[in-house]
Amino acid sequence: MSSHSSPALSTSGKLWDGGNEPFGASYGKLMMWFFLLSDAFTFSALLLAYAALRFSSLSWPVPDDVFAGVPFIHGHFPLVFVGIMTFILIMSSVTMVLAVEAGHRGARNEVVKWMFWTILGGIAFLGCQAWEWSHLHHDGAWWGSNPFVNADGTPGQVNFTNLFFTITGFHGFHVFSGVVINIIVTIMTMAGVFDRRGTYETIEKIGLYWHFVDLVWVFVFTFFYLI
Amino acid sequence: MSGEHSNSFDIRGIWRVFWVLFAITAVEFVIALAIPEAFMAKPIKNAIYIALTLLKAFYIVAYFMHLKFEKINLIYSILLPTIFVMGVIAALMYESEYWFTLR
Repeated sequence: MSSHSSPALSTSGKLWDGGNEPFGASYGKLMMWFFLLSDAFTFSALLLAYAALRFSSLSWPVPDDVFAGVPFIHGHFPLVFVGIMTFILIMSSVTMVLAVEAGHRGARNEVVKWMFWTILGGIAFLGCQAWEWSHLHHDGAWWGSNPFVNADGTPGQVNFTNLFFTITGFHGFHVFSGVVINIIVTIMTMAGVFDRRGTYETIEKIGLYWHFVDLVWVFVFTFFYLI
Repeated sequence: MSGEHSNSFDIRGIWRVFWVLFAITAVEFVIALAIPEAFMAKPIKNAIYIALTLLKAFYIVAYFMHLKFEKINLIYSILLPTIFVMGVIAALMYESEYWFTLR
């Protein structure tokens, strides 16, 4: 990468003796990767608690019975709404890569266009999640209260709702932060900040964060809604 | 700017990865909704879900996050800790079965 200059100090030619780039990435990008790694540890801890509590329970609510609501339609449609949410998030991940790709070409208007769609996808996902939360809350589900019965007919334990709202809430907060940062970066793009800087690497860094949010959702989707 | 990236970030490639992710999710839906559990037991379904989830994770990290095209040092720095964490998750799931038998 020539976008960040490294002083050519090395004389030994060995990888870790300085003067070259062992990771081949700028400081900011590398730190974004390590931040995401630590964030992955946090999400792993939450999913770890979920797995441990669920598999040590005698019975557990059936996801298909709990998550079966769809807006404006009455009836039992398991997985349909969460399917829509998954599609929205994957789609916004695609528009984010397209923004990064346009950034590599320095095409400012294209970056703004794809960032706009990415922000729209993020807001749509948050709207869906708000609807799902209020729908479940309407049914009496919240932290500390679980109206859903277990698969074997016994009263459901509050672990189920506690974990659901904590994990999807933590993920939703990540999406919210992502949308806010995306909006800031888009305004910076429109103001021509990255043209003056000569690199659109900021788009790439926030892109990494956005894909990570999508990645976490892939796991939440599997462990909460499918299994 | 960085001309070395131009090969790995082509627009057709991005859409191909999108269709792969879409297809994997569609397969998960078919298994969840269309295949009765009498035909495919829940533990087998769960194993397939987890395998497909890891496959999706690979496509997102490798192509969208571009990790496949980074230097090997960066790839290992991210991948090895993740593998260890997956080991911890597997260990604790095994442990939770022991808690289950204690109840």
